[in-house]
Amino acid sequence: MNNSRFIVSSSPHIRSEETVSSIMIDVVVALCPALIAAAYFFGFRAFLITAVSVISCVAAEYIWQKACHKPVTINDWSAVVTGVLLAYNMPVTVPLWMPVIGGFFAIIIVKQLFGGLGHNFMNPALAARAFLLASWPTAMTKWIEPFQKIPVLGDVDVVSSATPLAILKGTEAVGQAMPEYWQLFVGQIGGCIGETSVIALLLGAIYLLVRKVINWRIPVTFIATVAIFTFVFGQDGSFAGNALYHVLSGGLILGAFYMATDYVSSPVTPKGQIIMGIGCGIITSVIRLYGGYPEGVSYSILIMNVVTPLIDRYTTPVKYGEVKARA
Amino acid sequence: MKTLTFKGGIHPGDHKSATSQKKIETLKAPERLIIPLQQHIGAPCEPLVSVGDEVKMGQKIAESKAFVSAPVHASVSGKVIGIEPMLHPNGSKVLSVIIENDGKDTLHESVVPKGDLEKLTPKEIIDIIREAGIVGMGGAGFPTHVKLSPPSDKKIEYVIINGAECEPYLTSDHRVMLETPEDVIYGLKAIMKIFGLNKGYIGIEDNKPDAIEVLRKYASQEKGIEIVALKTKYPQGAEKQLIQAITGREVPSGGLPADVGVVVNNIDTCTAIARAIKTGMPLIRRIVTVSGSAVKDPKNYSVRIGTPFHVLFEQSGGFTEEPAKIIMGGPMMGIAQFSVDVPVVKGTSALLAFTKQEAKLWEEKPCIRCGKCVQVCPLHLLPLYMSAYARKDDLEKAEKYHVLDCCECGSCSFICPSKRHLVQSIRLAKQAIIAHRQKN
Repeated sequence: MNNSRFIVSSSPHIRSEETVSSIMIDVVVALCPALIAAAYFFGFRAFLITAVSVISCVAAEYIWQKACHKPVTINDWSAVVTGVLLAYNMPVTVPLWMPVIGGFFAIIIVKQLFGGLGHNFMNPALAARAFLLASWPTAMTKWIEPFQKIPVLGDVDVVSSATPLAILKGTEAVGQAMPEYWQLFVGQIGGCIGETSVIALLLGAIYLLVRKVINWRIPVTFIATVAIFTFVFGQDGSFAGNALYHVLSGGLILGAFYMATDYVSSPVTPKGQIIMGIGCGIITSVIRLYGGYPEGVSYSILIMNVVTPLIDRYTTPVKYGEVKARA
Repeated sequence: MKTLTFKGGIHPGDHKSATSQKKIETLKAPERLIIPLQQHIGAPCEPLVSVGDEVKMGQKIAESKAFVSAPVHASVSGKVIGIEPMLHPNGSKVLSVIIENDGKDTLHESVVPKGDLEKLTPKEIIDIIREAGIVGMGGAGFPTHVKLSPPSDKKIEYVIINGAECEPYLTSDHRVMLETPEDVIYGLKAIMKIFGLNKGYIGIEDNKPDAIEVLRKYASQEKGIEIVALKTKYPQGAEKQLIQAITGREVPSGGLPADVGVVVNNIDTCTAIARAIKTGMPLIRRIVTVSGSAVKDPKNYSVRIGTPFHVLFEQSGGFTEEPAKIIMGGPMMGIAQFSVDVPVVKGTSALLAFTKQEAKLWEEKPCIRCGKCVQVCPLHLLPLYMSAYARKDDLEKAEKYHVLDCCECGSCSFICPSKRHLVQSIRLAKQAIIAHRQKN
C-alpha cells in the first residue's frame, strides 16, 4: 500500500448520482409527449420548428463559448431545454429564421451575457418569446386550425384563426364557436406549438414530479390562483367566471409546470415558491381579464422572475433552534 | 411500525448489508500500539509513564488536571518504547505513547468491579466514567463525564441513547445492540440513575428491526425504558435531529441539549459505562466496522485502542484493488486519511476503503438554484447562499445566513446536482469566523 496516493478531501465522500445534465434530460423527456401531440395536430412542421430552435440554441452557446475562450458546456443539455421551450412558445406558422433569431437572443443576450447557466435573471426562452412577439407581432400570432394543411418547409400563407382565449375575450373572431372542453384537454385547438395539449403536458408534469425534478408548490398555486381569480372576477360577472376554461386554454399548463418552475429564475425557499405561484396567477389573470392581450402567462412569469431575488430574501425559512432555552 | 423523524434529510444508499449480519470478531492486539494522548475534545493529557516503563492492561498512562479532558489507558500489557508526536487520524501530529505488546494481557490492579449499580451514588458513577476515560463514541469524542455534569440550573428530563446509526456503511452500533443488549440497557440505567430519572429512550432507525426487537425484549424486563423506532433517513442520528424526533423539542441556536433538558449518549458509550462499572475495565477497546468497495472481506471488529489501521485491513483480507481513499468514520462526515499507519482512537466507528470508482471526484458546475439543498437541510438553512458568501469571503453576510448553525452533516453537498462544495466552503467560513472572534 502506497500511503501517498490516497485522495484526501473534505467530507462528504459520497455524492448523489443526479447531475445538471440528468435533470435537463428529464425535462426534455417530459416535454416529448407535447411534441408528439403538436405534430399530430399541426403537422410535421412542428417538429421542424422545434429542431431548428434546439439547434440554434445549442449552436449559439457553442459559438459564444468558443469565441470567449470559455469551457463549452453544451453537454449540460440546458440549451436543449431552452430550445424546446422556445419552439413550444411559437405558432407553427412562423418562418424558419424566427426560431434561429429567438435561439440566439435567448442564449447570448439573456443567458450568456449575464454569466451563463445559473446567472440568467429571466427564463431565456420566455424572454426570447417576448422579444419576438414585440418585433414581429403578426407572425408570432398567426394561428392555424388543427389538421389544417400547411407546407413543412417554406413560408406559411394562411389567414390566422383565433385561439380559445381570444374568442373568450371577445376581441377577435367575435361570435365564433368556443371549442369543447375535450378539445382543450387533448389540444385540438389553435395556439403555440407546445401549449395546446393539456393531457400531454400533464403526462410529462407527472414524470417531473415523480422524479422530484420539480415540486408542487409553484404549478399548483399558479393554476389554483388563476382558477380562483378568473372565477371570482370572471367576464360574466363576479363568481361566475369560467375558471376551467381559463385553466385548460392558453399557455397556463406549459407555463406553470415547465417555465415558472425554471430553477434559476424562481425562488428556492418553500414560502417563496408559493408566492411565485400566486404572483404568476394574479398577473396572468389580470392580463387575461383586463389587459390588452388575450394571454398573460409569459409576462406574468417574466415579471415574477425579476422579483425572485427579493422574494428569496424575505422568505428565509425559520431555522432550527429559533427557540428559547428552557429554565 | 410507527416511526418518528425530523424535517429535511437525505436517503443515501446505506451499504450496510455487507457487515450488518456479521458477528463482531475480536481482533488480536498487534505487537506495537500507538496511543495518542488526545482522543477527545478538551485538554490534551500529560503522560504518567516514561520510556522503558512496563505497563499493564487497563493502567492509566496519561491524564490532565483540566475538567474537560479524559484520561488514556494502556490497551495491552507491555513496555513503553516511545513517547513522541505521531500522526493522528485527524491529520495532525499528537503526542502518543508507543507500547510494545508482551502478548500477556496482564491486568492492572485498578481493574476491579466498582460495585452494585443500585448502591452507587450519582457522583460515584460520574467519577467511574471519568476515570475510565469514556468519551462520546460516535466520533466527536466529547468527554462523557462532562456531558453528564450539566450546570445545576439545567433540569434534565430526557436521557436518550442514540442507536440511529444513520451513516451509510456503519454497523458497529447495530452489532453492539444485537450482541450485548444487556450492557446497552445497563449503561442507560446508570445514566438515568445520575439524573434520578425513571424514564429513558433508545432511538433506533427502522432499518434495524432486529435490534429494535431485541432491545424491546430486554427493555420490557425493566421499568421506564422505551425503544423508539425512527425513520431511516440521514442525519437521523445527529443530536439535534434525534432530540427533535423523540421529544419534539428544538435545541436553541448556539445552545446545548441540556438547555432543553436532554442528554444524548451513544450506544457504545453505554456499553463502555457498563463495563467500567461491572468489571472496572476502562475504555481500551471499541467496535469498528471495516467496509467499503475496496475491502475484500468487510467485517465488524472489537479492536484495542492504538491498533494501526493497516492491521484491520489486513485482517479483512486486504483490498480487491488499490484503494483510492481511506476514511475514518462514515462517508458523510468521516475524515479522509493520509496513511493507514495511524491508530484506531476512541472515536473510530469505522474504517472505509473506497475504490477509484467510489472515490470519484466530480467536476463542480455552476449553481442552478434548484433549491434541493434548501429542501434537505435539517436545520432549515439556505446552503446555497451561505456557500456563495463564504466563497466570496463575505463572512458578515455568511454569518447573517447562519453559517454558525450549520452542523456540517453534508446533506447539501450530497444532494447538489452541480456537485458544489457547499458544506466544505461553509466549514471554512465557520472556522474563519470563530478564529476571528477568538482574536478579538
